[in-house]
Amino acid sequence: MAKTRPDYESSLFARFLRWLQGGSTQLDDEMSHTMDDKASLSHSEADKIAQEHEAKYEARLAAMAEQEKNMYAHVHAWASNQGKGLSNWLYRILAVVICVGIIVLLVSTAAELPPYGSPDNPAHNEVAERYIEKGMQETGAVNIVAGMILDYRAFDTLGESNVLFIAAVTVLILLRMTTRPDGKPTTSQLEAECDDRMYEPKNDLILQHQASFLVPMILLFGIYGLMNGHIGPGGGFGGGAIMGAGLILYLNAFGFKKTERFFTFKTFSIVSVAALSFYAVSKAYSFFTGANHLPSIITPGTPGMLFSAGLIPYLNIAVGMVVCCTMYAFYTLFRKGDM
Amino acid sequence: MHMQLWQSIPFACIILPLGSAAVTSIMKPRLARIWATSIISIVTVLSAVVTVLYMNGAEPYTYMMGHYPAPWGNEIRVGMLETVTALVFSLTMLLSLLGGMKKLDEHLPRQNQSLYCVVLLLMTAALMAQVYTNDIFTGYVFLEIMTLAACALIAVRKRGRTLVAAAKYMIMNLIGSGLFLLGIIFLYDISGHLLMENIGDAVAHIAATGEYRQPLIVVVALITIGLSIKSALFPFHTWVPDAYGYSTPTSQAVLSSLVSKGYIFLLIKIMYRVIGLNVIVKTGITDVLFAFALVGMVMGSLSAIRQNDIRRMVAFSSVAQIGYIYMGIGLGTDAGMMAAMFHLFSHTLCKSMLFLAAGGLADASGNSKHFRDLRGAGYRSPIAGVAFTIGALSMVGFPFLGGFVAKFNFALAAMDAGSIRALLVLIVLAVSTALNTVYFLRTVITLYRKPLETAHYPAEKGQRGLLFNVSLVCFSAANVLLGVFSQIIVNAIVKGLSTFG
Repeated sequence: MAKTRPDYESSLFARFLRWLQGGSTQLDDEMSHTMDDKASLSHSEADKIAQEHEAKYEARLAAMAEQEKNMYAHVHAWASNQGKGLSNWLYRILAVVICVGIIVLLVSTAAELPPYGSPDNPAHNEVAERYIEKGMQETGAVNIVAGMILDYRAFDTLGESNVLFIAAVTVLILLRMTTRPDGKPTTSQLEAECDDRMYEPKNDLILQHQASFLVPMILLFGIYGLMNGHIGPGGGFGGGAIMGAGLILYLNAFGFKKTERFFTFKTFSIVSVAALSFYAVSKAYSFFTGANHLPSIITPGTPGMLFSAGLIPYLNIAVGMVVCCTMYAFYTLFRKGDM
Repeated sequence: MHMQLWQSIPFACIILPLGSAAVTSIMKPRLARIWATSIISIVTVLSAVVTVLYMNGAEPYTYMMGHYPAPWGNEIRVGMLETVTALVFSLTMLLSLLGGMKKLDEHLPRQNQSLYCVVLLLMTAALMAQVYTNDIFTGYVFLEIMTLAACALIAVRKRGRTLVAAAKYMIMNLIGSGLFLLGIIFLYDISGHLLMENIGDAVAHIAATGEYRQPLIVVVALITIGLSIKSALFPFHTWVPDAYGYSTPTSQAVLSSLVSKGYIFLLIKIMYRVIGLNVIVKTGITDVLFAFALVGMVMGSLSAIRQNDIRRMVAFSSVAQIGYIYMGIGLGTDAGMMAAMFHLFSHTLCKSMLFLAAGGLADASGNSKHFRDLRGAGYRSPIAGVAFTIGALSMVGFPFLGGFVAKFNFALAAMDAGSIRALLVLIVLAVSTALNTVYFLRTVITLYRKPLETAHYPAEKGQRGLLFNVSLVCFSAANVLLGVFSQIIVNAIVKGLSTFG
């Protein structure tokens, strides 16, 4: 085996030979060179170089991370100081501009509408005419508003009372505290009870005396409104709201303990379910017979009598019960999360 | 006119769920669920019967709700388009309830389970009433029920995110309701009627004489913008991802596929029966809808691509798909409306299935919804995987599925609508389809990849039981059938729209 010179690779002859064999670029040379270098180094040295490289790399990474962090900090600082202010400012300006724009548009449109109370208005047509002229004969209700909402357009009102019911259901889902299956109060219920006692002092004598005088009056007036909805002013929505207010006053004066003797969650469910079911069933019968031109057992009766106007007084009571229960339920649920 | 017995069926479809809702609230949870399921099943079967009758050439009719004829009393109208829509809506409601039934136990406290059934029944009644009503104010009343019911559906799982979403939803939707109600009030003032046909005649007269020009334009704007806010058209969609994303599966399916569609159907009905397509197009509101819809199609998809959570991704995809429907409406032509109606059906059937399937896949992956953990979920929950794939392919527009026919119809409708619109629609349709493909196929591929070595999945694989599987199989079948027999549906929509006005 011939002995080669240590710098044989870079000698003229070797380069010529390589050129003959197909040639190679300078890059190839350099790469093979360094690889040879590396190979010739001992393990410890290679490790050392690798460590140095790693250290350099990590230092660069740290510097970059630092730079990025600074950049973020800068952006955050800008966003939370100037940026937030700017967007708030823009938001306010835009809100005011849009609001004023809509107000101007709506007011100018309202000015273009037919004048109020003019006999030539499009709204004064055969529809209103029949309500006014024949309403009492056809529905038996002296109060034509009751005739309209509970007889002519009873389907809308059926939907409307279900709007109230679903509102109550939604509030129940959201606010009623979880009860245990065995009926014992949970900790959160007890806490709510304590809070309620603390923030709503009971045994206020002045309030109680006022309430014991007022509540029966209010309830009576509410019942009067319910029962006379088809004869005079009143009706389910109004009367029910009055009765609900009476119950809330009683609750405020005497507390949950006394109210629970006659009005619990069970009462609420049964009364509203019975009222809504009665409404739905009786009106389904009335719609079905009406649409199919079948004879109906419901007659208008003598206008002005307490039991007249077909279903209207009973529907008024049903609607009133739903309204009263819903109002009371809203109050207790928002106050204590339970009834 | 003498009524036949079958003509009372649509009335029964409204009154059955409405009347049975209240009683449900005092039932035991188990009974309440069986009760709600059977009522909604009956409504579905009845709707199917009427649809078959209409497919065989029954004539549209109006049904008096009470003893007084139309302009004085309330009235519902039954026709081809209404019955098909009612069938699609009730079927989706039924399958969504079945698919998410088992999860209700887990997500809701016991005392709220029967109340949840009340909400679903009232939602069904409201949708049916919305579809069949011939009176614009009745439409508003049941729209209120839908708004409140949807709020309950979002907030029923009392978590931070859903509560915030419910609050956002309430604010946006009450603005929408308010604008819509103002629109109805102005409309009554200038036309003197609430019955759709009579308003239609009055508006035609007003438009011809040029009287009340500004109020009419404002009415059109208020009604259209109000309803498009409520159905989450693009700039008003901020409540969508949280509301759709974090509730219980049944709520997700119902909210994403039915609630917004109810409003859109009412809008299309108003456009045809109340104000008239010509008047609407003349006011230029369709151009506004068209512009927002195009932006929404792209932005919704872009947002969907950025999500790491499968539920939020599907929710953002809804924003894009609502954009598609409004694009069809915005074209302002019969062909555009037809395409919009068809996409309304295909999206209703598809999106609810996607949400249910996504829930099932997440269950099989240790209740995680992140793509990282969903790898291989298609093997762990095979039926949900297949259903998700079918839904994703339909959304992307794969032939033989509903989404393809919808996109094809949009393109055809655009060709007739004038050169600039055609160009815009085709470009945006292509971009949006490409974006859809990116995020849906990425999800499908993820579902069938090898799971990460570090991932641990529950041993029982999160199977949700028979009802879940039955629901997904039915949904998949419905989607495939909608694509394969699309011509029947398309003909039905064309016939329904032509007898609508």
